[in-house]
Amino acid sequence: MRALISLLRPLAGLFVDDGLLALAVICIVLLTALLASLMPSMTLAAGVILLFGCLLALLTNVLRAARHKRVR
Amino acid sequence: MTTWTVAAPAVSAAFLSSLVEAVEALTIVLAVGTVRGWRPAGLGALAGLALLSLIVVLLDPLLYRVPLHLLQLAIGVLLLLFGMRWLRKAILRAAGVIPLHDEAKVFATETAELRDQQRHYEAQLDWFAALASFKAVVIEGLEVVFIVIAVGAGRGLIVPASIGAIAACVLVAGAGLAIHQPLARVPENVLKFAVGTMLSAFGVFWIGEGLGVPWPGEDIAIIAFAALFFLVALVAVALGRRLRIEALQ
Repeated sequence: MRALISLLRPLAGLFVDDGLLALAVICIVLLTALLASLMPSMTLAAGVILLFGCLLALLTNVLRAARHKRVR
Repeated sequence: MTTWTVAAPAVSAAFLSSLVEAVEALTIVLAVGTVRGWRPAGLGALAGLALLSLIVVLLDPLLYRVPLHLLQLAIGVLLLLFGMRWLRKAILRAAGVIPLHDEAKVFATETAELRDQQRHYEAQLDWFAALASFKAVVIEGLEVVFIVIAVGAGRGLIVPASIGAIAACVLVAGAGLAIHQPLARVPENVLKFAVGTMLSAFGVFWIGEGLGVPWPGEDIAIIAFAALFFLVALVAVALGRRLRIEALQ
């Protein structure tokens, strides 16, 4: 089990550094997918939410890290 | 049909990210070679490359079995996570919130650790040394493999992306062999900034494609997304720097 965890940790580390940013990205993607499937005529709007949601998530995450100086 | 607008960002993203990863792997391999000799360093690195080749060979046919929109969606999410992770780190480094990656320091730390192990485990050290070299190549190489597959799989660009990646690795290996020192002068953070921007843009694009979003301009949208990510990243650096200074006062 320990060996499996030590193997998977670097793999997970490829994609997740800050848990909050990863969570925000996943939530935005889920919201986009939900919008696109519920309102097929509004897929472009869902795409705009995806793009600007990610930009906003990045900006707020970085500013939060800079404010708190608690960065891994 | 493969267009230059989508092939160029894919090839350059693969080339630049491979440059960063190859420099990091080279630092460890050089440290191993300097302390323990080039045989275990070379063998470990070759074993790592063999494992990476095996992963590519095994993954390639599997990718063609996945429906295209699912592949685009899955790869898009992973690319977005990967790209935004790099971009976040590059912004924080550029803003002075976290220190810049220092290859010379990594080299010094790694050689010190190996010399320490040399004192304690003389008999087994060749194994430790080869393993350190192997691990560095595999861990950094996995990122290269992922990027090549991610930027290439959605539009049949794996071969051009692979050529970009291999060119970067050959360039770094050649430079490392020539100077026998870590490539500390490579502007790693600038590269990470650029690659993070590109990969995030690719991620948004592929997720949208997977969900059926009709992006205006189709492939050209990637360039517009990259420009937006770059702009926001520059704003984040400026604001982050200001906040950091205020926090210090």
